[in-house]
Amino acid sequence: MFPRPISEYSRGYRALYQVVLPVSLIVWLLPLIGIAITSIRPAQDLATGNYFGLPSAIALGNYVEVFTTSAMGDYLWNSLRITLPSVAGAVAISCLTGYALSSYRFRGNLLLFFIFVAGNFVPFQILMVPVRDLTLQLGLYDTVTGLVLFHVAFQSGFCTLFMRNFIRALPHELVESARVEGVSEWRIFWYIILPLMRPAIAALSVLVFTFVWNDYFWALVLTQGAGSQPITAGLNALNGQWVSAWQLVSAGAIVAALPPVAMFFLMQKHFIAGLTMGATKG
Amino acid sequence: MNRASTFSKPGVSSIWRRNQRRLAPLLFLAPGVVMFAVYVVLPIFQSVWISFFHWDGMGPKDWAGLTNYTDLYDDPAFWTSLKNNLIWMALYLLAIPLGLAAAIFLNQNVTGIRIYKSLFFFPFVISQVVVGLIFSWFYAPGIGLLPEITEWLGLGQIAVLADERYVTYAVIVAGLWPQIAYCMIIYLTGLNNIAADQIEAARLDGARGLRMLRYVILPQLRPATFIALVVTVIGALRSFDLISIMTSGGPYGSSRVLSYYMYEQALSEYGYQMGYGAAIAVVLLVIMMLFISGFVWRMFGDEKEG
Repeated sequence: MFPRPISEYSRGYRALYQVVLPVSLIVWLLPLIGIAITSIRPAQDLATGNYFGLPSAIALGNYVEVFTTSAMGDYLWNSLRITLPSVAGAVAISCLTGYALSSYRFRGNLLLFFIFVAGNFVPFQILMVPVRDLTLQLGLYDTVTGLVLFHVAFQSGFCTLFMRNFIRALPHELVESARVEGVSEWRIFWYIILPLMRPAIAALSVLVFTFVWNDYFWALVLTQGAGSQPITAGLNALNGQWVSAWQLVSAGAIVAALPPVAMFFLMQKHFIAGLTMGATKG
Repeated sequence: MNRASTFSKPGVSSIWRRNQRRLAPLLFLAPGVVMFAVYVVLPIFQSVWISFFHWDGMGPKDWAGLTNYTDLYDDPAFWTSLKNNLIWMALYLLAIPLGLAAAIFLNQNVTGIRIYKSLFFFPFVISQVVVGLIFSWFYAPGIGLLPEITEWLGLGQIAVLADERYVTYAVIVAGLWPQIAYCMIIYLTGLNNIAADQIEAARLDGARGLRMLRYVILPQLRPATFIALVVTVIGALRSFDLISIMTSGGPYGSSRVLSYYMYEQALSEYGYQMGYGAAIAVVLLVIMMLFISGFVWRMFGDEKEG
């Protein structure tokens, strides 16, 4: 283990570490703590200049106000309507592509795989004009469906990379012996491979949920207004509307941040396994 | 569930049965390949094509040849954006050593360390829009903490986001916050997988502290460093959200980067100059391709070995 475990150090060092650890965490999260406190600060505190002291009262009313005086509820609902189908679509598609690229030998296999990988890293701006144009022509501009289709397509690049590498690590003998038994290719996939892919599906779902939920650029490009925009774009619009009503901006920001954070805490192991894939492979 | 049963004619069915091994991958690939081709691969070529036209996005396209590119060359805003992109990239790289430092700091076995690791990772999980708002508040004169601190240091209240000298750096700091967290988690996983016997052997040989880090730990962390480098460079070049939220490219366009300038030219109140925007995007793509191809090349090498 590197560095040497703190338990092997002298008592003084150990005590120091126990003090430095929480202090550094507080400093690291200071901006976040600040905004969390501001979100429950009554408006009169801000009016009287009490920005950094303890709030004079806990004003959970800020959160109520966010939902009653703005379209925050709509934005939140749109985010769900965009994110859940995108996750389902991208993960389903990549189970198929990942399996095909990992388990069959055919010409162009590796090339196709690297197109998926490379496409994943291109700047969004190179896709922006044609994708917006296509969405307009399909009559899907400013709709949740238009955004979902793009997310499914784009995320399937990363998901394919992930799934393909995962399936390759599975024992291939299972597939071979099933083939000898005359089991059809689809049944092999459905009854043998798919059940083994559960951990990968879980990890990818959490990751893609976060990616899509946090998207802001494509929401700007493909949607406008509370009818279809997700919470990220909505928050930006509301930020203009609530000029210097920081208690509302803060409450809105916390609302927007919560779902991915909850997802992360519930599925932490999967999340980190997905994110760091490749960090250990030589 | 048998695919063959969906074909009614026995002839087709037997063709399917005989060629199943060859046809199955095609069918498995079809949905993904079609979607990815339509939404990602083709648009890259379409964008390159559009960059040779003057186009407002609706009317007819007028052939422009290379004028969009020569205009870029004479456009000071383009050079400002490009310069800022380089600053972003250079400073974003700090996330790698800082993330490593944080990982080494947290790679311990004290009670509650798991919770600490998750909380340190927090900034990466939340949306960049939220990060941007948090830092806008943090920097806001009269309300935020930073001007308070600069005043306490006797520098007066500095409004970093309204000052051309500081604005890009201030936005980059906001971006580094989640990026350091990302690099940290990559290195934590890497440290977790280092062969314990090698560390013990090096310890017996008297290697300690920085020497240990340099000669034993870092070589073993190379895959982690590579991933951290890739995500950091791509992250720096992709920066858009924070600039849009915190400064809208201002003041006076001084905090623009290529991705933001492209959006501004193609889709905003400044008019719909799709061709010009596409040309900016092509330049950004070329810069990014240098890194993408390096990454893919290395992965390709791994595949051949493996």
